Amino acid sequence: MHLILIVFLIVSLGIFLIPERLKNWKPFLLSIVQGAAFFYFVVRIPEITTAEAKYLFFEWIPPLGLNFEFLLDGLSMVFALLVTGIGALIFLYAKAYMKSYTGTDKFYLYLMLFSAAMLGLVLSANLIQLFVFWELTSFLSYFLISFFHEKESARKAAFQSLYITGFGGLAMLAGIILLGSVVDSYSLHDWINGAESIRQSKFYLPGLLLILTGVFTKSAQFPFHFWLPGAMQAPAPVSSYLHSATMVKAGIFLLARLSPVLGGTNEWIYIVSLIGVLTMLTGSYFAITQTDLKGILAYTTINALGVLVLLLGINTGESIKAAMLFLFIHAFYKATLFMVAGLIEKKTGTRELSELGGLVKYMPFTFIIALLALLSMAGLPPLLGFLGKELIYEAKVQSPGIASLVLILGVTSNVFMVAVSLFFARKVFLGKPKTYKKKPDEKGAAFLIGPGILVLLSLVLGLFPGNLGTAVIKPALGVVSNEMIDVKLKLWHGFNQVFFLSLLTVILGLLLYRAMVKKKKLTETWRKVNSVIFSVELDEVFAWVMDKFVKIAQLKTKTVQHGYHRLYILTIIVFTSLLLWFQVFVIRSWEFGIPFSLKPFYISGLAVVILGAAITSAVSRSRIVTIISMGVAGYGISLIFMYYSAIDLAITQIIVETLTVVMFMAILQRLPRFAVLSSRRTRLRDFIIALSFGAVMTILAIKAVNVNLNPTISDFFIENSYSRAFGENVVNVILVDFRALDTLGEVTVLTIAATGVFLLLKTKNKKL
Amino acid sequence: MNSVILQLAAKYLRWLLIVFSVLALIRGHNNPGGGFIGGLMAGLAVVYRGFAYDAFLIKERMQNWPEWMIAGGLFGILLSFLPSLLSGKTLMAGVWLKIPLPLIGELKLGSPFLFDIGVFFTVIGVTLMFVFSLTQKR
Repeated sequence: MHLILIVFLIVSLGIFLIPERLKNWKPFLLSIVQGAAFFYFVVRIPEITTAEAKYLFFEWIPPLGLNFEFLLDGLSMVFALLVTGIGALIFLYAKAYMKSYTGTDKFYLYLMLFSAAMLGLVLSANLIQLFVFWELTSFLSYFLISFFHEKESARKAAFQSLYITGFGGLAMLAGIILLGSVVDSYSLHDWINGAESIRQSKFYLPGLLLILTGVFTKSAQFPFHFWLPGAMQAPAPVSSYLHSATMVKAGIFLLARLSPVLGGTNEWIYIVSLIGVLTMLTGSYFAITQTDLKGILAYTTINALGVLVLLLGINTGESIKAAMLFLFIHAFYKATLFMVAGLIEKKTGTRELSELGGLVKYMPFTFIIALLALLSMAGLPPLLGFLGKELIYEAKVQSPGIASLVLILGVTSNVFMVAVSLFFARKVFLGKPKTYKKKPDEKGAAFLIGPGILVLLSLVLGLFPGNLGTAVIKPALGVVSNEMIDVKLKLWHGFNQVFFLSLLTVILGLLLYRAMVKKKKLTETWRKVNSVIFSVELDEVFAWVMDKFVKIAQLKTKTVQHGYHRLYILTIIVFTSLLLWFQVFVIRSWEFGIPFSLKPFYISGLAVVILGAAITSAVSRSRIVTIISMGVAGYGISLIFMYYSAIDLAITQIIVETLTVVMFMAILQRLPRFAVLSSRRTRLRDFIIALSFGAVMTILAIKAVNVNLNPTISDFFIENSYSRAFGENVVNVILVDFRALDTLGEVTVLTIAATGVFLLLKTKNKKL
Repeated sequence: MNSVILQLAAKYLRWLLIVFSVLALIRGHNNPGGGFIGGLMAGLAVVYRGFAYDAFLIKERMQNWPEWMIAGGLFGILLSFLPSLLSGKTLMAGVWLKIPLPLIGELKLGSPFLFDIGVFFTVIGVTLMFVFSLTQKR
């Protein structure tokens, strides 16, 4: 299965090689690849139910305990089927939708990579590997959301989603590391085996909270939900894919994946279900007052995600069964509805509810498809949605502790969903046709293939859900929950408590819908009331926080990065010498005893010359004198090298010294006349700093001679230079063999420095 | 500087310096020398001529040479890692080929030598880039 990921990667890059005149076939090809992957997973469904889960292991960085681990079990199967199956349809839809845009190659690249990242995520059985894929999805969704990057709103939305999911991802990483330290492994196997010790460790609560932060940001849970409506700036295929099978479902996946490890505790049940309920309510409540087609759908997604999180939070066998089924239901209808919304936008040029109406006349097939999907969303029979809602009610009835509250809120939110679904259908398709710029039609079969198939699936699976239950959901349930319960899905459950709850929901929903249609003012006042009550938009709070954050960063940068070269150097030198003095003090470096002698006289004479040259260069007011005396000091040092028979060093020193003088000469002509600009005090300060730095370096150099490493490294080099590296010149062998990495680093630094000089002078040259 | 003697000397000494620099590179493994020193010497050769004629850029088309030399040098260094990688040793471990040659004796070729060549060209490129940038007419 790792091969699928590699194939995805190759194909996504390969589309750039396809000639331009076959442009329209590219998405088709990608769709086929996705379809093939889907087929691969479908074929393996029987293996999941019968045999052990398929597990692959590759070493990555074994010393750090990092390995590539892939696992195809019941849970990954559910998500893999969704990712590849819906992916295939999305690409087919994108073929029609993206036709009129430029830069589609890039778009398909991102979308394909995104799909691969998501697939990698759901197949991961190592938490760090999972995190890598997790961040990749965040990262790629940024590119996808900002595809129309010429629009400011798209850029803003993309940044917002990147910041929020990125922040959550980091929190999650911290959580993974924290909990990983308990069992000393990042492998899912070890986590599940050590679940008991993880749950009882003191790191459990902080780790859980951190991981949940990741989950909640990714899956757009309250109070992070606001990035999801923003993300509707993306092209319709992306929205459709993001909302139905990928991205937001990653959080749900992780929650389900870790539920055997972290789940079942009181902390888990209360935190997760509370956030789930809040999100569920927020989503359905705000869905009603939206005026934008995609906005409505985005909020209903938030509702659905809330439901999923709630179900996983309740954490009983029943609730997880409901969650797994609802995953399919939601993916089917949400992908359909986003594709339909994209089609409508494409054909009419608007997404505003008030500008739409009577489309059934122009787009009959679209109407049928959308109606069925909306009925599934509302949870009406005979669609799969009805089945799901029944199961969800059942799970809520049985939920421990807070059942009654959860149930009441659940019914409320479903009432909203019923009303929204009907309202959507009524406003867009029925009623008097509005005037459109051009006559809408539903040309382009590719637009409707995907939605059609998905709606058909909703319908067929709603009528005959048996196989889905036993083949796919039961194995998934076995992975997530320890309770083994029967998964016998059927449409008709008989007259029981749950049925009456459904009936109540539908009746209330219809009433609300009637009220909304009859009294136009109702929705408008509602909207106004909302804007008063919820005057604090999280969206804006986030923008405000980011703004302040940037301002603080700016302030900090201005203080630290002031732009004065001399002050930078001053800071570096003062800091370094302070550290060195501290170290000198600690190891009592002044206690060294080396025999000091002035012999031979020509070396001590040379030392005097060097000293004199150095002092001259510091005090001289003529630049030429300064440079020449620096040269004298340099050549003097190379003579000392020579005396101690360090020929290589001496040669290098001489040549570098020569080059330095030459370069100085080249610059010298362009410099202004020498002038004393700094005050006496500054010069005194610089003098003290220079003296202190020089003193500490001298002490260090003398100390270095005295330190006896045991055994000395130079002995090793001398011994092995010829025998193992075939070189008689030890210096050179060190440079190119023993310490080749250092040399590589030095050469790279040189290159960077040269590039810097080159660019600095070149840009200046152009301006003049 | 307009000195005929210097110019004439530069004309021939330049090539001598370059030959010496290559020599330093080749013999570097057993005697004083090596890629770094050789590179600096070759760079100096160009600078020397530039001084004599008061024109560091000898021809317009030489303008891109430093870039190419740096790129080529770094690429050579990269190539020198391949033998160790392919023979399954630690990265950057020296791999030596011993080729018996008539008359000269045994010739030892190793990946460290390739590494040294890479350093040689990078250093020439870096030196020239510094000098060309600093001395260009503006």
